[in-house]
Amino acid sequence: MSAKKQSLTQCQSLLVFLSDFIDGTLNDDLCQEITSHAAECEHCRIVVDTLRKTISLYHECADEQAEIPGEVRSQLFKTLNLQDYLEP
Amino acid sequence: MSEGKSEISIEALRRGDRGEFARLVDAFSGPLYRLALKMLGNASDAEDALQNTFLKAFQYVDTFEGRSSLSTWLYRIASNEALMMLRKRRPEINFADSTVEEEDERNYAPVQFTDWCCLPEEEYLSAEARKAMDRAVEHLPETLRIVFVLRDIEDLSIQETSQVLGLSETAVKTRLLRARLRLREELSSYYGDRLNKRSKE
Repeated sequence: MSAKKQSLTQCQSLLVFLSDFIDGTLNDDLCQEITSHAAECEHCRIVVDTLRKTISLYHECADEQAEIPGEVRSQLFKTLNLQDYLEP
Repeated sequence: MSEGKSEISIEALRRGDRGEFARLVDAFSGPLYRLALKMLGNASDAEDALQNTFLKAFQYVDTFEGRSSLSTWLYRIASNEALMMLRKRRPEINFADSTVEEEDERNYAPVQFTDWCCLPEEEYLSAEARKAMDRAVEHLPETLRIVFVLRDIEDLSIQETSQVLGLSETAVKTRLLRARLRLREELSSYYGDRLNKRSKE
């Protein structure tokens, strides 16, 4: 097998572990394998970095969207017949 | 959801204590509305789904056995509600369809290799970027979207997500990875364009 083919196979085989790698739930041996591979393989380094960035951007947005809009809350309380618990 | 919200008394809810129901609504309506909004993509449908979720929670609180947390139980009702509304729009959706796990993983192999991690900070969460992020979520198949929303937007664990959806943890992990890889591809297109535009400016 050529070096290029070997590397492609390794890229594909490591792909399935990327979520656990980014979430910090992957075992040390596989973490080490991904880190070493990404140090040699520019495409995989970019995939790891941009995947991590993708997840962190969604986390950041979610934190800002945790509040329900006031009018939605009011309507919800009315529909549930709880309007007497709706503080002004 | 914060720990403080677990102080809601199931006994009081079962007794029909309206004050306790109001506390329950205030504790959980924010995250459940966000889930509905991300799943359904529009505010009006999300509001309907939220109302139905609490109406069902009130109606069926007697059947809550406490084997899962109150939060997991509510997320289950809300997820089912959102998926049911999506099924009304497109009856062919089958959430339990396991072909999503059997699908060839090469379909999810990365094809975009632009390194967009070096953009200036203000680019990442501009109004335009947020729209691109929302669009990317909307483009996910529903079976992947619900897993992504529960795990990465609502911050549930893999175990909690599997309990909410009645899927194995392995299935949740497979769907999550595929959702994240798809989103990375879409964001790579958007931020890659931004990178090109900036380099020409």
